[in-house]
Amino acid sequence: MSDSALHAAAAPGQSSPTILRHARHVVSENPVTGFAFALFLLIATCALLGPHVAPYDPLASDAAAILQPPSLKHWCGTDQLGRDIFSRVIVATRLDFVIALSSVVLVFAAGGLSGTAAGFFGGWTDRIVGRISDTIMAFPLFVLAMGIVAALGNTVTNIVLATAIINFPLYVRVARAQANVKRDAGFVLAARLSGNSEARIMLCHVLPNIMPIMMVQISLTMGYAILNAAGLSFIGLGVRAPTPEWGIMVAEGAANIISGEWWIALFPGAALMLAVFCFNLLGDGLRDVVDPQRRT
Amino acid sequence: MRAPSTPAEHKTALPLLDVRDLTVEFSTRHGTVRAVRHVDLTVAKGETVAIVGESGSGKSVTSYAVMRILDRAGRIAEGSVHFSGFDLRAATEGFMQDMRGREISMIFQNPRAALNPIRKIGRQIEDVLLQHAQAGSAAVAEKAIELLDQVRIARPRERYHAYPFELSGGMCQRVVIAIALACRPQLLIADEPTTGLDVTTQKAVMDLIVELTHERGMSTILITHDLGLAAAYCDRVLVMEKGEVVETADSEAIFKSPSHPYTRKLMRATPRPGISLRGLMPESEGRAVPSPRPSAVAVKDPQPLLVVDRLVKEYPRRTRPLDKIFGPPPGAAVETPFRAVDGVSFSIQRGESVGLVGESGCGKSTTSMMLMRLVDHTSGSIVFAGEDIGSIPAREFGSLPLRRRIQMVFQDPTDSLNPRYTAARAIADPLLRLGNFKTHAEVRSRCEELAAEVGLPLDLLDRFPHQLSGGQKARVGIARAIALRPELVVLDEPTAALDVSVQAVVLNLLQDLKESLGMSYLFVSHDLNVVRLLCDRVMVMRSGRVVEQGPTAQVLESPASDYTRELISAIPHPPL
Repeated sequence: MSDSALHAAAAPGQSSPTILRHARHVVSENPVTGFAFALFLLIATCALLGPHVAPYDPLASDAAAILQPPSLKHWCGTDQLGRDIFSRVIVATRLDFVIALSSVVLVFAAGGLSGTAAGFFGGWTDRIVGRISDTIMAFPLFVLAMGIVAALGNTVTNIVLATAIINFPLYVRVARAQANVKRDAGFVLAARLSGNSEARIMLCHVLPNIMPIMMVQISLTMGYAILNAAGLSFIGLGVRAPTPEWGIMVAEGAANIISGEWWIALFPGAALMLAVFCFNLLGDGLRDVVDPQRRT
Repeated sequence: MRAPSTPAEHKTALPLLDVRDLTVEFSTRHGTVRAVRHVDLTVAKGETVAIVGESGSGKSVTSYAVMRILDRAGRIAEGSVHFSGFDLRAATEGFMQDMRGREISMIFQNPRAALNPIRKIGRQIEDVLLQHAQAGSAAVAEKAIELLDQVRIARPRERYHAYPFELSGGMCQRVVIAIALACRPQLLIADEPTTGLDVTTQKAVMDLIVELTHERGMSTILITHDLGLAAAYCDRVLVMEKGEVVETADSEAIFKSPSHPYTRKLMRATPRPGISLRGLMPESEGRAVPSPRPSAVAVKDPQPLLVVDRLVKEYPRRTRPLDKIFGPPPGAAVETPFRAVDGVSFSIQRGESVGLVGESGCGKSTTSMMLMRLVDHTSGSIVFAGEDIGSIPAREFGSLPLRRRIQMVFQDPTDSLNPRYTAARAIADPLLRLGNFKTHAEVRSRCEELAAEVGLPLDLLDRFPHQLSGGQKARVGIARAIALRPELVVLDEPTAALDVSVQAVVLNLLQDLKESLGMSYLFVSHDLNVVRLLCDRVMVMRSGRVVEQGPTAQVLESPASDYTRELISAIPHPPL
């Protein structure tokens, strides 16, 4: 227990909400989580304000300044068309972030609901949902995502869809296991006695109780979703040049590494790594916040 | 049962365990909490000492500190712990590992959790023997079998190969005792060794512990919440409250003349023969007008509220997957399904409370689930207020107006409240689903009325379950059950998870509510002493059948069946 948390607990009136106090406790016990939160704020700011804070137009090419190494003028150097890499990395945040977030929200709704239904009702619901997710799991997931985008067409919507589909089994399994435990809890029986219909018990009693674990799952798969979207773009599926996107930028820079222009691939790659790193750390931190075992 | 040693011996000999001024601290996010404060405890050789207290009194933490197995956040802040001359507080971890199991052993509350589920029990006993070099690898199996025999496990040679899940709770606890005693320790710490076991099993296990420890001249610390158990088996009793020892005395003296008010309160709250429900409450809170039990004058309706006739619930036995496809092999005996409830018949009058007593697995919970229409029966009939509710499938029952008239209070108040709902929302749930309320304000005011009825302070209504105490959660559960003014309430061990002083309050509340609202109760319990207080009639169940039923006094004073007699004699009584 650190001093700051002690002060927080002793604060007069204890006006701050419990969740905030608890979050502060977790951060003080595990500074890495605090770092992850800070990183997350940075990424969110870039995603929100990207085009306004970038020093250059990400699409404007400058024939006079191609393949410049990092300097004070161009912090991360320029690429083969003379575009400022720093600006492109910042502006790309929004696109990658939006793709990952919307796919995660989509799979959270679909996978979470069907998994909860499978765990709660069992029987045929369980069998059908289980077989669907088994079928998805039977493919190498990235190859499946490639197939989906290739078949449906090279659009942002399809990247979102493909990323959501390959994450579906993960959500189903977590939700199913949780709902399976909760369906025998006393409060579910009590809800039945109070005249709740089965569907209402599932939505109003079981689902809210598995939310915390699902939130952790969101954060953990968010990093993976970003990586997946960038990966698809890297191999030429999905977002197309000249749109600034981390995966394409790494792909474009990869050709220049041999000739010594390392910065073109390095900086978008580093941004990608930091984003994935941030969401994974955040997932660990969130688990501490929501895990009742750690609440004292 | 008592140790042969005399008090004179205790004083002259150096105590085996000498704990002085022990203070244990835990660091939590709300700061440092002192769970145990300035506790003195001595145990002489051959002595049996009980530490009695309610949950949170620090009785377990004291023993963990002695064993030095406090969890990460806990530490011994002050005081000393000496065990036959060794300073355990200053001892190294390696030394403690040597002491644990060989010199001091411990028995935990849940025997199943204490055993490794995927290891044969014989092997688990051998582990301890080998760890402390008590036997060579050649003779170790024989030694383990001998130990199983000593803890009265029949056919020890076969049971050596059993896994924990193949044994009953009582048998598992015997195995745990065998492990604890394997290295002939000098001190045994038993932490609630019989909580969760049936009363007849409890007696067998406690008798065994006392007999074995006396045979070997061992000392025992028994940690329990049950004053009766402590009195029946121990020489000396320490009473703990909120981390402090409030009273220490010989067990006979403490029951004859308890000096501390907390001890008196605990003793009053312990259900026992010859005491009324009101008599459980502390003197200061005793009611001015002790209301007579009106059940004798219960509404004499010629038609009983509930009639259950030859109720049966069968569960299919496991079939082998191949038999499902090809049918059972020719010549194989056709397995009859397992009958959890086997032809139970009884009736409940309006305004009557009926106790349903039995040990775990006797079918009492299955019976109550069928009455609640949460589970479908196999055959028989359940007639409630003239309607055959047994023929309505459990799935459809929830949407019928009948649902309002039968409600239930669950065993575990924590488990039965949705952790994400406030107390008010939990109480409002049946009102919103089955009540006829137009606005949220109406629901809210009804919730407040109900909270007042069950004695729940109104400012607690907006709290979540984890912010409420056990007794408060029990009140929320009761308020929810009576929200729709049911005619029959099934109480499924409503006080089993509560401390005795809270139990006394909740039982009184239930009695008051019954009197003011005219409900009928079916009180499912394993505790005959509690049933005695609340019920007009009692049914005793064993392996799915009712072995005896009749008026409470008659069944408990002059039981007709051997089983009932066995149940009654197994209850430990304080020597009053």
